[in-house]
Amino acid sequence: MRITMDLELKDIPGQLVRALEPISDAGGNIVSVVHHHENRTPRGTIPIQVIVDMEDGLTELKNKLESRDIKVVRVDEAKLLVHETILIVGHIIHSDIRDTIDQIDSTGYAEVVDLAMSMPGINLKSSARIGINATGKDEMKKAVKLLRDISKEKELLIIEPIDTEGM
Amino acid sequence: MRSFKVAIVGFGSVGQGVAKVIASRNGIFDEAHAEFKIVAITDSKGAVLDPKGIDISSALKQKREGTLKRVSMSSLDVVKNVDYDILVEVTPTDARTGEPGLSYIIEALSRGKHVVTSNKGPLANQYKMLLGLSKENNVKLLFEATAGGAMPVFNLARTPLAGNKIKSIMGIFNGTCNYILTRMITEELPYDMVLSEAKELGYAEADPTYDVEGIDTALKLVILANAVFGMDVKLDDVDIVGISSITLDALKLASDDGYVVKLIGEVRPNGEESILRVSPRLVPKTHPLAVQGTLNAALMQTELAGDIMVIGKGAGSIETASAILSDMMYIASSKD
Repeated sequence: MRITMDLELKDIPGQLVRALEPISDAGGNIVSVVHHHENRTPRGTIPIQVIVDMEDGLTELKNKLESRDIKVVRVDEAKLLVHETILIVGHIIHSDIRDTIDQIDSTGYAEVVDLAMSMPGINLKSSARIGINATGKDEMKKAVKLLRDISKEKELLIIEPIDTEGM
Repeated sequence: MRSFKVAIVGFGSVGQGVAKVIASRNGIFDEAHAEFKIVAITDSKGAVLDPKGIDISSALKQKREGTLKRVSMSSLDVVKNVDYDILVEVTPTDARTGEPGLSYIIEALSRGKHVVTSNKGPLANQYKMLLGLSKENNVKLLFEATAGGAMPVFNLARTPLAGNKIKSIMGIFNGTCNYILTRMITEELPYDMVLSEAKELGYAEADPTYDVEGIDTALKLVILANAVFGMDVKLDDVDIVGISSITLDALKLASDDGYVVKLIGEVRPNGEESILRVSPRLVPKTHPLAVQGTLNAALMQTELAGDIMVIGKGAGSIETASAILSDMMYIASSKD
Protein backbone atom coordinates (compact mmCIF):
# COMPACT_ATOMS: atom_id res chain seq x y z
CA MET A 1 0.00 0.00 0.00
CA ARG A 2 1.23 3.50 -0.79
CA ILE A 3 1.15 6.02 2.04
CA THR A 4 1.55 9.77 1.85
CA MET A 5 2.56 11.35 5.19
CA ASP A 6 2.76 15.04 6.07
CA LEU A 7 5.18 15.51 8.94
CA GLU A 8 6.53 18.55 10.77
CA LEU A 9 10.16 18.65 11.84
CA LYS A 10 11.91 20.97 14.26
CA ASP A 11 14.36 23.28 12.55
CA ILE A 12 17.48 21.76 14.09
CA PRO A 13 20.08 19.53 12.45
CA GLY A 14 19.51 15.79 12.18
CA GLN A 15 15.71 15.89 12.22
CA LEU A 16 15.18 14.43 8.76
CA VAL A 17 17.23 11.37 9.57
CA ARG A 18 15.28 10.95 12.81
CA ALA A 19 12.07 10.97 10.79
CA LEU A 20 13.16 8.59 8.06
CA GLU A 21 14.90 5.99 10.24
CA PRO A 22 11.72 4.56 11.76
CA ILE A 23 10.18 4.28 8.28
CA SER A 24 13.05 2.16 7.01
CA ASP A 25 13.03 0.17 10.25
CA ALA A 26 9.35 -0.61 9.68
CA GLY A 27 10.18 -2.09 6.26
CA GLY A 28 8.85 0.89 4.35
CA ASN A 29 10.28 1.77 0.96
CA ILE A 30 10.66 5.54 0.70
CA VAL A 31 9.57 6.67 -2.74
CA SER A 32 9.86 10.43 -2.33
CA VAL A 33 10.73 13.06 0.29
CA VAL A 34 9.89 16.73 -0.26
CA HIS A 35 11.19 19.30 2.18
CA HIS A 36 9.06 22.46 2.35
CA HIS A 37 11.69 24.77 3.82
CA GLU A 38 9.99 27.85 2.40
CA ASN A 39 6.64 27.01 4.03
CA ARG A 40 7.71 27.13 7.66
CA THR A 41 4.71 26.84 9.96
CA PRO A 42 3.71 29.52 12.53
CA ARG A 43 5.14 27.12 15.13
CA GLY A 44 8.53 27.39 13.41
CA THR A 45 8.53 23.80 12.25
CA ILE A 46 9.32 22.65 8.72
CA PRO A 47 6.70 20.61 6.85
CA ILE A 48 7.87 17.60 4.89
CA GLN A 49 5.94 15.22 2.74
CA VAL A 50 7.06 11.60 2.54
CA ILE A 51 5.67 8.94 0.19
CA VAL A 52 6.26 5.39 1.32
CA ASP A 53 5.34 1.90 0.11
CA MET A 54 4.76 -0.43 3.04
CA GLU A 55 2.56 -3.37 3.90
CA ASP A 56 1.56 -3.00 7.58
CA GLY A 57 2.66 -1.51 10.89
CA LEU A 58 1.41 2.00 10.16
CA THR A 59 0.05 2.62 13.68
CA GLU A 60 3.35 1.55 15.27
CA LEU A 61 5.21 3.80 12.85
CA LYS A 62 3.04 6.80 13.78
CA ASN A 63 3.62 6.16 17.48
CA LYS A 64 7.33 5.83 16.99
CA LEU A 65 7.54 9.09 15.02
CA GLU A 66 5.55 10.94 17.66
CA SER A 67 7.70 9.53 20.44
CA ARG A 68 10.63 11.14 18.60
CA ASP A 69 8.88 14.50 18.75
CA ILE A 70 7.97 14.45 15.09
CA LYS A 71 4.48 15.72 14.45
CA VAL A 72 2.39 13.55 12.11
CA VAL A 73 -0.06 15.98 10.55
CA ARG A 74 -1.77 13.77 8.02
CA VAL A 75 -1.62 10.21 6.71
CA ASP A 76 -3.24 9.20 3.42
CA GLU A 77 -3.39 5.58 2.48
CA ALA A 78 -3.80 4.95 -1.21
CA LYS A 79 -5.20 1.48 -1.24
CA LEU A 80 -5.95 1.08 -4.92
CA LEU A 81 -2.55 0.78 -6.47
CA VAL A 82 -2.95 -1.22 -9.64
CA HIS A 83 -4.72 0.29 -12.66
CA GLU A 84 -5.92 -1.50 -15.73
CA THR A 85 -7.88 -0.45 -18.83
CA ILE A 86 -10.41 -2.81 -20.41
CA LEU A 87 -12.67 -2.42 -23.43
CA ILE A 88 -16.19 -3.75 -23.67
CA VAL A 89 -18.14 -4.10 -26.91
CA GLY A 90 -21.80 -5.07 -27.19
CA HIS A 91 -25.18 -4.03 -25.87
CA ILE A 92 -23.62 -2.50 -22.81
CA ILE A 93 -26.47 -0.25 -21.69
CA HIS A 94 -29.21 -2.81 -22.34
CA SER A 95 -27.33 -5.36 -20.33
CA ASP A 96 -27.24 -2.92 -17.38
CA ILE A 97 -23.86 -1.28 -17.12
CA ARG A 98 -24.71 -0.05 -13.66
CA ASP A 99 -24.98 -3.61 -12.46
CA THR A 100 -21.65 -4.46 -14.12
CA ILE A 101 -19.94 -1.60 -12.31
CA ASP A 102 -21.68 -2.39 -9.01
CA GLN A 103 -20.51 -5.99 -9.12
CA ILE A 104 -16.90 -4.85 -9.42
CA ASP A 105 -17.20 -2.05 -6.86
CA SER A 106 -18.80 -4.37 -4.34
CA THR A 107 -15.78 -6.70 -4.28
CA GLY A 108 -14.14 -4.36 -1.82
CA TYR A 109 -10.75 -4.81 -3.51
CA ALA A 110 -11.46 -3.24 -6.89
CA GLU A 111 -13.46 -0.39 -8.30
CA VAL A 112 -14.33 1.16 -11.61
CA VAL A 113 -12.69 4.59 -11.65
CA ASP A 114 -13.15 5.63 -15.24
CA LEU A 115 -15.73 5.09 -17.94
CA ALA A 116 -15.76 6.33 -21.54
CA MET A 117 -18.51 5.25 -23.89
CA SER A 118 -19.50 5.48 -27.48
CA MET A 119 -23.04 4.75 -28.60
CA PRO A 120 -23.36 5.07 -32.38
CA GLY A 121 -27.07 4.26 -32.69
CA ILE A 122 -30.03 2.81 -30.85
CA ASN A 123 -29.75 -0.69 -32.19
CA LEU A 124 -26.01 -0.70 -32.76
CA LYS A 125 -23.42 -2.12 -30.43
CA SER A 126 -21.86 0.27 -27.98
CA SER A 127 -18.22 0.36 -27.00
CA ALA A 128 -16.87 1.30 -23.60
CA ARG A 129 -13.49 1.77 -22.05
CA ILE A 130 -13.39 1.24 -18.34
CA GLY A 131 -10.58 1.86 -15.92
CA ILE A 132 -10.34 -0.39 -12.90
CA ASN A 133 -8.21 0.19 -9.82
CA ALA A 134 -7.45 -2.66 -7.45
CA THR A 135 -5.52 -3.10 -4.23
CA GLY A 136 -2.93 -5.38 -5.77
CA LYS A 137 -2.03 -7.53 -8.77
CA ASP A 138 -3.84 -10.63 -7.51
CA GLU A 139 -6.92 -8.58 -6.74
CA MET A 140 -6.79 -7.11 -10.24
CA LYS A 141 -6.68 -10.60 -11.70
CA LYS A 142 -9.75 -11.52 -9.66
CA ALA A 143 -11.58 -8.39 -10.78
CA VAL A 144 -10.79 -9.07 -14.44
CA LYS A 145 -11.94 -12.67 -14.04
CA LEU A 146 -15.19 -11.36 -12.55
CA LEU A 147 -15.65 -8.97 -15.47
CA ARG A 148 -14.95 -11.85 -17.86
CA ASP A 149 -17.69 -13.91 -16.22
CA ILE A 150 -20.15 -11.01 -16.28
CA SER A 151 -19.40 -10.42 -19.97
CA LYS A 152 -19.98 -14.04 -20.83
CA GLU A 153 -23.34 -13.95 -19.10
CA LYS A 154 -24.32 -10.66 -20.76
CA GLU A 155 -22.85 -11.66 -24.14
CA LEU A 156 -20.37 -8.80 -24.28
CA LEU A 157 -16.94 -8.89 -25.87
CA ILE A 158 -14.22 -7.82 -23.48
CA ILE A 159 -10.77 -6.83 -24.62
CA GLU A 160 -8.14 -7.16 -21.92
CA PRO A 161 -4.63 -5.76 -21.98
CA ILE A 162 -1.68 -8.07 -22.59
CA ASP A 163 0.59 -8.80 -19.67
CA THR A 164 3.46 -6.38 -20.22
CA GLU A 165 5.55 -7.40 -17.28
CA GLY A 166 9.13 -7.95 -18.25
CA MET A 167 9.04 -5.72 -21.29
CA MET B 1 27.95 -31.96 -51.56
CA ARG B 2 24.96 -34.21 -50.85
CA SER B 3 22.16 -34.42 -53.33
CA PHE B 4 18.53 -34.62 -52.21
CA LYS B 5 15.61 -35.68 -54.34
CA VAL B 6 12.59 -33.53 -53.55
CA ALA B 7 8.91 -34.20 -54.16
CA ILE B 8 6.58 -31.19 -53.96
CA VAL B 9 2.99 -32.11 -53.20
CA GLY B 10 0.74 -29.13 -53.87
CA PHE B 11 1.65 -26.74 -56.67
CA GLY B 12 -0.23 -23.66 -55.57
CA SER B 13 1.42 -20.38 -54.63
CA VAL B 14 3.63 -21.88 -51.89
CA GLY B 15 4.67 -24.91 -53.97
CA GLN B 16 5.49 -22.66 -56.89
CA GLY B 17 7.35 -20.30 -54.54
CA VAL B 18 9.56 -23.15 -53.33
CA ALA B 19 10.17 -24.32 -56.91
CA LYS B 20 11.02 -20.78 -57.98
CA VAL B 21 13.61 -20.30 -55.23
CA ILE B 22 15.22 -23.69 -55.96
CA ALA B 23 15.29 -22.93 -59.70
CA SER B 24 16.83 -19.50 -59.11
CA ARG B 25 19.83 -21.21 -57.51
CA ASN B 26 19.94 -24.11 -59.97
CA GLY B 27 19.25 -26.32 -56.98
CA ILE B 28 22.63 -25.60 -55.40
CA PHE B 29 22.72 -24.40 -51.77
CA ASP B 30 26.42 -24.09 -50.91
CA GLU B 31 25.78 -22.93 -47.36
CA ALA B 32 24.23 -26.32 -46.58
CA HIS B 33 26.53 -28.25 -48.96
CA ALA B 34 23.39 -29.49 -50.62
CA GLU B 35 21.85 -29.90 -54.02
CA PHE B 36 18.05 -30.12 -54.21
CA LYS B 37 16.66 -31.84 -57.26
CA ILE B 38 12.90 -31.70 -57.77
CA VAL B 39 11.84 -35.13 -59.04
CA ALA B 40 8.09 -34.86 -58.57
CA ILE B 41 5.46 -32.13 -58.53
CA THR B 42 1.81 -32.89 -57.96
CA ASP B 43 -1.40 -30.91 -57.92
CA SER B 44 -5.07 -31.79 -58.00
CA LYS B 45 -4.84 -32.61 -61.73
CA GLY B 46 -1.98 -35.08 -61.64
CA ALA B 47 1.79 -35.31 -61.43
CA VAL B 48 4.92 -34.26 -63.23
CA LEU B 49 7.76 -36.70 -62.76
CA ASP B 50 11.40 -36.88 -63.77
CA PRO B 51 13.87 -38.92 -61.73
CA LYS B 52 16.74 -36.92 -63.28
CA GLY B 53 15.24 -33.63 -62.17
CA ILE B 54 12.31 -31.64 -63.55
CA ASP B 55 12.99 -28.54 -65.66
CA ILE B 56 11.41 -26.21 -63.14
CA SER B 57 11.40 -23.00 -65.14
CA SER B 58 9.40 -24.55 -67.94
CA ALA B 59 7.10 -26.33 -65.46
CA LEU B 60 6.37 -22.99 -63.77
CA LYS B 61 5.74 -21.34 -67.12
CA GLN B 62 3.43 -24.14 -68.26
CA LYS B 63 1.57 -24.06 -64.95
CA ARG B 64 0.95 -20.33 -65.43
CA GLU B 65 -0.20 -20.83 -68.98
CA GLY B 66 -2.34 -23.85 -68.14
CA THR B 67 -0.38 -26.17 -70.43
CA LEU B 68 1.40 -28.26 -67.80
CA LYS B 69 1.53 -31.90 -68.96
CA ARG B 70 0.81 -34.28 -66.13
CA VAL B 71 0.71 -38.03 -65.86
CA SER B 72 -2.43 -39.34 -64.28
CA MET B 73 -1.12 -40.24 -60.84
CA SER B 74 -2.60 -39.00 -57.58
CA SER B 75 -0.56 -37.16 -54.98
CA LEU B 76 -0.91 -40.14 -52.66
CA ASP B 77 0.43 -42.49 -55.36
CA VAL B 78 3.42 -40.23 -55.81
CA VAL B 79 4.06 -40.01 -52.06
CA LYS B 80 3.83 -43.80 -51.82
CA ASN B 81 5.77 -44.89 -54.88
CA VAL B 82 8.17 -42.28 -56.19
CA ASP B 83 11.82 -42.28 -55.10
CA TYR B 84 12.55 -39.08 -53.16
CA ASP B 85 14.42 -38.01 -49.99
CA ILE B 86 12.37 -35.01 -48.86
CA LEU B 87 8.64 -34.53 -49.20
CA VAL B 88 7.62 -30.87 -49.38
CA GLU B 89 3.96 -31.03 -48.40
CA VAL B 90 2.24 -27.74 -49.22
CA THR B 91 -1.39 -28.69 -49.86
CA PRO B 92 -4.27 -26.58 -48.49
CA THR B 93 -5.11 -26.81 -44.79
CA ASP B 94 -8.18 -28.51 -43.41
CA ALA B 95 -8.35 -27.39 -39.80
CA ARG B 96 -10.68 -30.12 -38.62
CA THR B 97 -9.30 -33.29 -40.22
CA GLY B 98 -5.85 -32.32 -41.43
CA GLU B 99 -6.56 -34.20 -44.66
CA PRO B 100 -5.37 -34.85 -47.26
CA GLY B 101 -1.98 -33.57 -46.03
CA LEU B 102 -2.11 -35.82 -42.99
CA SER B 103 -2.15 -39.00 -45.11
CA TYR B 104 0.72 -37.75 -47.27
CA ILE B 105 2.85 -36.99 -44.24
CA ILE B 106 2.09 -40.32 -42.55
CA GLU B 107 2.93 -42.19 -45.74
CA ALA B 108 6.22 -40.34 -46.31
CA LEU B 109 7.42 -40.67 -42.71
CA SER B 110 6.51 -44.37 -42.69
CA ARG B 111 8.65 -44.80 -45.80
CA GLY B 112 11.56 -43.17 -43.98
CA LYS B 113 11.40 -39.89 -45.92
CA HIS B 114 11.99 -36.45 -44.40
CA VAL B 115 8.96 -34.16 -44.45
CA VAL B 116 8.84 -30.37 -44.63
CA THR B 117 5.38 -28.86 -44.51
CA SER B 118 3.57 -25.54 -44.35
CA ASN B 119 0.28 -27.31 -43.64
CA LYS B 120 -1.15 -26.53 -40.21
CA GLY B 121 -4.02 -29.01 -40.21
CA PRO B 122 -2.07 -32.27 -39.92
CA LEU B 123 0.21 -30.91 -37.18
CA ALA B 124 -2.57 -29.34 -35.14
CA ASN B 125 -4.51 -32.60 -35.31
CA GLN B 126 -1.86 -35.29 -34.90
CA TYR B 127 1.42 -33.76 -33.81
CA LYS B 128 2.29 -36.37 -31.24
CA MET B 129 1.64 -39.29 -33.56
CA LEU B 130 3.57 -37.67 -36.42
CA LEU B 131 6.52 -36.84 -34.19
CA GLY B 132 6.55 -40.46 -32.96
CA LEU B 133 6.47 -41.71 -36.53
CA SER B 134 9.37 -39.46 -37.56
CA LYS B 135 11.45 -40.66 -34.60
CA GLU B 136 10.65 -44.31 -35.27
CA ASN B 137 11.82 -43.95 -38.84
CA ASN B 138 14.75 -41.74 -37.94
CA VAL B 139 13.73 -38.90 -40.24
CA LYS B 140 12.88 -35.27 -39.69
CA LEU B 141 9.48 -33.60 -39.66
CA LEU B 142 9.91 -29.83 -39.94
CA PHE B 143 7.27 -27.12 -40.19
CA GLU B 144 8.80 -23.67 -39.75
CA ALA B 145 6.35 -22.24 -42.32
CA THR B 146 3.29 -23.14 -40.25
CA ALA B 147 3.51 -20.41 -37.63
CA GLY B 148 4.24 -16.96 -38.92
CA GLY B 149 5.62 -17.66 -42.39
CA ALA B 150 9.16 -16.44 -42.70
CA MET B 151 9.37 -15.59 -39.01
CA PRO B 152 11.80 -18.14 -37.48
CA VAL B 153 9.90 -19.22 -34.40
CA PHE B 154 10.64 -22.96 -34.23
CA ASN B 155 14.19 -22.44 -35.47
CA LEU B 156 14.77 -19.92 -32.73
CA ALA B 157 13.39 -22.23 -30.07
CA ARG B 158 15.35 -25.17 -31.47
CA THR B 159 18.84 -23.72 -31.63
CA PRO B 160 19.77 -20.26 -30.38
CA LEU B 161 17.44 -20.53 -27.40
CA ALA B 162 18.02 -24.23 -26.75
CA GLY B 163 18.71 -24.88 -23.09
CA ASN B 164 16.87 -21.71 -22.25
CA LYS B 165 13.52 -22.47 -20.76
CA ILE B 166 10.80 -20.68 -22.70
CA LYS B 167 8.04 -19.61 -20.31
CA SER B 168 5.49 -18.36 -22.78
CA ILE B 169 4.92 -17.27 -26.34
CA MET B 170 2.58 -14.45 -27.20
CA GLY B 171 2.14 -13.00 -30.63
CA ILE B 172 0.34 -11.83 -33.71
CA PHE B 173 0.14 -14.82 -36.04
CA ASN B 174 -2.40 -13.69 -38.62
CA GLY B 175 -1.57 -10.94 -41.07
CA THR B 176 -5.15 -10.57 -42.30
CA CYS B 177 -6.47 -9.69 -38.84
CA ASN B 178 -3.57 -7.37 -38.22
CA TYR B 179 -4.20 -5.63 -41.53
CA ILE B 180 -7.90 -5.17 -40.75
CA LEU B 181 -7.32 -3.80 -37.23
CA THR B 182 -4.52 -1.49 -38.39
CA ARG B 183 -6.50 -0.18 -41.35
CA MET B 184 -9.66 0.40 -39.28
CA ILE B 185 -7.92 2.69 -36.81
CA THR B 186 -5.59 4.51 -39.23
CA GLU B 187 -8.32 5.26 -41.77
CA GLU B 188 -11.26 5.36 -39.33
CA LEU B 189 -13.16 2.80 -41.37
CA PRO B 190 -15.72 0.30 -40.08
CA TYR B 191 -14.92 -3.41 -39.89
CA ASP B 192 -17.11 -4.53 -42.81
CA MET B 193 -15.65 -2.04 -45.20
CA VAL B 194 -12.05 -2.91 -44.34
CA LEU B 195 -12.84 -6.61 -44.65
CA SER B 196 -14.23 -6.14 -48.17
CA GLU B 197 -11.18 -4.12 -49.06
CA ALA B 198 -8.87 -6.84 -47.68
CA LYS B 199 -10.69 -9.40 -49.84
CA GLU B 200 -10.22 -7.23 -52.90
CA LEU B 201 -6.52 -6.84 -52.21
CA GLY B 202 -6.17 -10.57 -51.75
CA TYR B 203 -5.20 -10.28 -48.05
CA ALA B 204 -8.39 -12.03 -46.99
CA GLU B 205 -10.00 -15.14 -48.46
CA ALA B 206 -13.48 -15.03 -50.03
CA ASP B 207 -14.65 -16.82 -46.87
CA PRO B 208 -12.65 -15.01 -44.23
CA THR B 209 -14.05 -16.94 -41.24
CA TYR B 210 -10.91 -18.98 -40.82
CA ASP B 211 -8.82 -15.83 -40.30
CA VAL B 212 -11.13 -13.35 -38.59
CA GLU B 213 -12.69 -15.82 -36.16
CA GLY B 214 -9.24 -16.69 -34.87
CA ILE B 215 -9.11 -20.30 -36.11
CA ASP B 216 -5.93 -19.82 -38.11
CA THR B 217 -4.22 -18.22 -35.11
CA ALA B 218 -5.50 -21.00 -32.87
CA LEU B 219 -4.08 -23.71 -35.15
CA LYS B 220 -0.68 -22.05 -35.04
CA LEU B 221 -0.93 -21.79 -31.27
CA VAL B 222 -1.70 -25.52 -31.01
CA ILE B 223 1.39 -26.33 -33.09
CA LEU B 224 3.53 -24.03 -30.93
CA ALA B 225 2.10 -25.49 -27.72
CA ASN B 226 2.80 -29.05 -28.81
CA ALA B 227 6.13 -28.51 -30.53
CA VAL B 228 7.78 -25.94 -28.27
CA PHE B 229 6.26 -26.84 -24.91
CA GLY B 230 5.60 -30.56 -25.40
CA MET B 231 1.91 -30.09 -24.61
CA ASP B 232 -0.70 -32.42 -26.08
CA VAL B 233 -3.51 -30.08 -27.11
CA LYS B 234 -5.92 -29.76 -30.01
CA LEU B 235 -7.90 -26.95 -31.61
CA ASP B 236 -10.83 -27.56 -29.25
CA ASP B 237 -8.61 -26.86 -26.25
CA VAL B 238 -8.01 -23.26 -27.36
CA ASP B 239 -10.16 -20.50 -25.96
CA ILE B 240 -10.95 -18.57 -29.17
CA VAL B 241 -12.44 -15.12 -29.70
CA GLY B 242 -12.07 -13.49 -33.11
CA ILE B 243 -12.18 -9.88 -34.28
CA SER B 244 -15.47 -9.83 -36.19
CA SER B 245 -17.42 -8.04 -33.44
CA ILE B 246 -14.89 -5.27 -32.90
CA THR B 247 -16.14 -1.76 -33.54
CA LEU B 248 -14.24 1.25 -34.77
CA ASP B 249 -15.44 3.06 -31.64
CA ALA B 250 -13.75 0.47 -29.45
CA LEU B 251 -10.48 0.96 -31.32
CA LYS B 252 -10.79 4.75 -30.90
CA LEU B 253 -11.46 4.45 -27.18
CA ALA B 254 -8.38 2.23 -26.91
CA SER B 255 -6.29 4.64 -28.94
CA ASP B 256 -7.31 7.61 -26.74
CA ASP B 257 -5.81 5.76 -23.81
CA GLY B 258 -2.58 4.79 -25.58
CA TYR B 259 -3.46 1.33 -26.84
CA VAL B 260 -3.91 -0.52 -30.09
CA VAL B 261 -6.05 -3.66 -30.38
CA LYS B 262 -4.40 -6.80 -31.76
CA LEU B 263 -5.54 -10.38 -32.18
CA ILE B 264 -3.12 -12.11 -29.83
CA GLY B 265 -2.40 -15.80 -29.54
CA GLU B 266 -0.95 -16.70 -26.18
CA VAL B 267 0.41 -19.97 -24.86
CA ARG B 268 1.72 -20.41 -21.33
CA PRO B 269 2.12 -24.02 -20.33
CA ASN B 270 2.53 -23.85 -16.60
CA GLY B 271 0.13 -25.18 -14.00
CA GLU B 272 -2.60 -22.96 -12.63
CA GLU B 273 -1.63 -20.02 -14.80
CA SER B 274 -1.82 -22.21 -17.90
CA ILE B 275 -3.12 -20.22 -20.85
CA LEU B 276 -4.00 -21.28 -24.38
CA ARG B 277 -6.06 -18.56 -25.93
CA VAL B 278 -6.69 -16.39 -28.93
CA SER B 279 -8.42 -13.08 -28.32
CA PRO B 280 -8.35 -9.42 -29.21
CA ARG B 281 -6.19 -7.66 -26.64
CA LEU B 282 -5.06 -4.17 -25.73
CA VAL B 283 -1.41 -3.60 -26.57
CA PRO B 284 0.30 -0.36 -25.47
CA LYS B 285 1.27 1.66 -28.55
CA THR B 286 4.87 1.67 -27.36
CA HIS B 287 5.02 -2.11 -26.92
CA PRO B 288 7.06 -4.08 -29.48
CA LEU B 289 3.98 -6.21 -30.29
CA ALA B 290 2.21 -3.12 -31.63
CA VAL B 291 3.33 -3.96 -35.19
CA GLN B 292 1.38 -2.57 -38.10
CA GLY B 293 -0.16 -3.80 -41.31
CA THR B 294 0.14 -7.44 -42.32
CA LEU B 295 3.18 -8.08 -40.13
CA ASN B 296 3.35 -10.95 -37.69
CA ALA B 297 5.27 -10.85 -34.42
CA ALA B 298 6.13 -13.28 -31.67
CA LEU B 299 7.37 -12.53 -28.20
CA MET B 300 9.01 -15.36 -26.28
CA GLN B 301 9.51 -14.96 -22.59
CA THR B 302 12.54 -16.98 -21.59
CA GLU B 303 14.02 -17.77 -18.22
CA LEU B 304 17.62 -16.70 -18.87
CA ALA B 305 17.52 -14.47 -21.91
CA GLY B 306 14.52 -12.38 -20.89
CA ASP B 307 12.17 -11.39 -23.66
CA ILE B 308 13.00 -12.18 -27.28
CA MET B 309 10.95 -10.80 -30.17
CA VAL B 310 10.76 -11.73 -33.81
CA ILE B 311 8.83 -9.71 -36.37
CA GLY B 312 8.29 -10.72 -39.97
CA LYS B 313 6.03 -11.28 -42.92
CA GLY B 314 3.59 -13.97 -42.01
CA ALA B 315 2.43 -14.89 -45.46
CA GLY B 316 3.37 -14.58 -49.09
CA SER B 317 4.62 -17.37 -51.31
CA ILE B 318 8.29 -16.37 -51.32
CA GLU B 319 8.36 -15.71 -47.54
CA THR B 320 6.75 -19.09 -46.87
CA ALA B 321 9.13 -20.67 -49.37
CA SER B 322 12.00 -19.14 -47.42
CA ALA B 323 10.81 -20.91 -44.27
CA ILE B 324 10.49 -24.21 -46.16
CA LEU B 325 13.95 -23.81 -47.67
CA SER B 326 15.43 -23.16 -44.23
CA ASP B 327 13.92 -26.46 -43.03
CA MET B 328 15.28 -28.27 -46.10
CA MET B 329 18.72 -26.85 -45.46
CA TYR B 330 18.50 -27.91 -41.84
CA ILE B 331 17.84 -31.47 -42.99
CA ALA B 332 20.69 -31.25 -45.48
CA SER B 333 23.14 -30.03 -42.88
CA SER B 334 22.11 -32.51 -40.18
CA LYS B 335 24.58 -35.33 -39.69
CA ASP B 336 22.12 -38.16 -39.11
